[in-house]
Amino acid sequence: MSSMPGGRARTTDEDLELTPDPSLPPTAVDEAVREAEESRWTPTKIAIWAAIALLGGVAWFMVAIIRGETVNAIWFVFASVCTYLIGYRFYSKVIERYITRPNDRRATPAEYKADGKDYVRTDRNVLFGHHFAAIAGAGPLVGPVIAAQMGYLPGTIWIIIGVVLAGAVQDYLVLFFSMRRGGRSLGQMAREELGVIGGTAALVATLLIMVIIVAILALVVVNALAESPWGVFSVGMTIPIALFMGVYLRFIRPGKVLEVSLIGFVLLMAAIIGGGAVAGTEWGAAFFHLDKVTIAWGLIVYGFIAAILPVWLLLAPRDYLSTFMKIGVIVMLALAIIVVRPEITVPAFSEFASRENGPVFPGALFPFLFVTIACGALSGFHALISSGTTPKLIEKERQTRLIGYGGMLMESFVAIMALVAAISIDRGLYFAMNSPAALTGGTVETAATWVNSLGLAGVNITPDLLSQTAANVGEQSIVSRTGGAPTLAVGLAHIMQQFIGGTAMMAFWYHFAIMFEALFILTAVDAGTRVARFMLQDSIGNFIPKFKEHSWRPGAWLCTAVMVGAWGAVLLMGVTDPLGGINTLFPLFGIANQLLAAIALSVCLAIAAKRGSIKYLWIVALPLAFAAVVTITASFQKIFSPVPAVGYFANNAAFSKALADGKTEFGTAKTVAAMEAVVRNTMIQGWLSVIFVVLSIIVIITGLIATVKAFRNEAAGVAHADHEDTPVASRGYAPAGLIPTPAERELMAEWNKLPAELRLERSGHH
Amino acid sequence: MNTIVEGFRGFARYLGGVMGADAYQKYLEHHAASGHRAPPMTEREFWRDRTDRQDSNPQGRCC
Repeated sequence: MSSMPGGRARTTDEDLELTPDPSLPPTAVDEAVREAEESRWTPTKIAIWAAIALLGGVAWFMVAIIRGETVNAIWFVFASVCTYLIGYRFYSKVIERYITRPNDRRATPAEYKADGKDYVRTDRNVLFGHHFAAIAGAGPLVGPVIAAQMGYLPGTIWIIIGVVLAGAVQDYLVLFFSMRRGGRSLGQMAREELGVIGGTAALVATLLIMVIIVAILALVVVNALAESPWGVFSVGMTIPIALFMGVYLRFIRPGKVLEVSLIGFVLLMAAIIGGGAVAGTEWGAAFFHLDKVTIAWGLIVYGFIAAILPVWLLLAPRDYLSTFMKIGVIVMLALAIIVVRPEITVPAFSEFASRENGPVFPGALFPFLFVTIACGALSGFHALISSGTTPKLIEKERQTRLIGYGGMLMESFVAIMALVAAISIDRGLYFAMNSPAALTGGTVETAATWVNSLGLAGVNITPDLLSQTAANVGEQSIVSRTGGAPTLAVGLAHIMQQFIGGTAMMAFWYHFAIMFEALFILTAVDAGTRVARFMLQDSIGNFIPKFKEHSWRPGAWLCTAVMVGAWGAVLLMGVTDPLGGINTLFPLFGIANQLLAAIALSVCLAIAAKRGSIKYLWIVALPLAFAAVVTITASFQKIFSPVPAVGYFANNAAFSKALADGKTEFGTAKTVAAMEAVVRNTMIQGWLSVIFVVLSIIVIITGLIATVKAFRNEAAGVAHADHEDTPVASRGYAPAGLIPTPAERELMAEWNKLPAELRLERSGHH
Repeated sequence: MNTIVEGFRGFARYLGGVMGADAYQKYLEHHAASGHRAPPMTEREFWRDRTDRQDSNPQGRCC
């Protein structure tokens, strides 16, 4: 920690006392040369950017303005990619210039703390992939599917514009500020910048938010696997496959990560194909046909065991498998969409965009669309990753823009592709799959009748289509398979079968999609439980020091049990909810995630203000204000709305009154027990909303107080405490972006001429 | 043909980097560069140490 006098001057790095090694070439491109290079607009450069802008404009016009019968999916790809390129080239540069102000002459933690294990300088392009694999998971694949209820346009706009102005900004800033602090976690930064109250509120909020997020991700898996013998078998097989990989890596061939991943991948494919065969047999169909409650309990037991097993046995190998699949699947999906170019028949704004009684998720477009799509546009959870492993691996400060901002753009692209996959299927099918069984009735006939009764333009679905689609994807039924994953899987199977294999391959593609979503989610559940357990252990450790010893088994097991119990309870609540679990709980997931974003942005706001970026503080304030307004409005509606479908307490009151009136069925609850369950669930969900919003308001207020203080200090010329690590002169060089600029190439050549023994940094341990 | 093989190798190297397959190599480089007197861990020891440290230092995976 260093604090130097002079407010603003402290962080404008020109006068930092960084004495470079005279025997080494410069460790940064000369400021003036870089400036000249950036502001020189050659005709080619102008032509390229004009073409990108034009193509993006045309694509947006096709997607948003033209109202034909159909719109081709390729326009979604162009609209998003062109917007990302422009956002990356222009907006993130503004952030770099006025907020982060990286200094390549300064060593990164990977250099000055280098230990060959946790702090390792990593090639920027490799780290980009690594960071992307850590932030992307099932979230961007699920939210956009659920949000498609409102039509494609609201979701598309929020995903693309949201990421450029909010999501990527958050990821970039958290990554940069954490890097300047030696890779400190978001919780530690909150404590330092916001004080004890803000820091503690942020910690408690983070813990609760993790519980909710893990529970709802688990709910998505349960919904995807219920009554699906094929899915249960193939996803179940991932456990022995991961165990085998773990043993292989530990005892047979240590360190052969790619080799074992390849073996694992082949086994995984065999498990998917074998799943079809097993589900086709009588005993297989009977044995692996499990209902939701059984699967939920299975997942809870699994979650506990997985979180106390050593990492090498289950978590690490599955992580390899999941990374391997993630990259493969996303490349494949992008290729398929570009090659197949499906026609989209869904309207830009659906009938539900202007109502608040949609069957997939209740509530009006504002604010609920913006919480339903969290990952892909703005995801608070990323702040935990951006302040975790990645900042310890960065080679040069300027690379944070590529990795933080660019990595998030990539995730947004995944969300766009998920949206395209979901809207490429028949709209009637979409509503039959995503509405709770309480509405569809659960059979193909009742579902078809109900969907047709909604009066949606162009929707006329037959029971035959529902049973035919189910048969094509190898499932017994696809009615009311809520949670987004099955819909995405059907969409993906629909696109992929046109690319490879035809209808005969649809069942394989469907289960392939279910498999990778389950794989991502199980990894997130397992890792989330572990992280939450450590946070709990550290918190209890403040009162009972013994708990701080992470190797103390009873403490570890007790805290794991508490965390699994917490998310398990929410999961069971969702699974047994007579109203349909996703329908009532998914908004809570989005709210939790966006509140975490508001917390992270509050910390960033305070830090940026202390660094003297007052004039450009709006860059942070804009997404913070939006996230705060969206989540606080959504929370207030969930708490105070008089509409039972929206407000938890209004629903609670309606059901309590019905019970008091002696009714034996009410709304979608057909028994007294179900009615009592609704009363209990809504009460818990309501209070969770209250706790979340109160904690977040505390954090946001402490963040604003810290910011105002920084303003005042700035005006009075008083220095404020700076929590950055002491600057150390860098002893190496690497370019900032994907493609090195001419000046960067020149400098690289200079470094390459250096004798090998001088090239590696020799600071640190001896 | 050679370019295809080369391209494939490059891709495998990249994928390996993303998944952390080259961690031991990097550890050795660091060990050599920082002039430790003690011999470096063997490959087996290194990977054991790596996963065992993750036990007490878990990293979140995103949704």
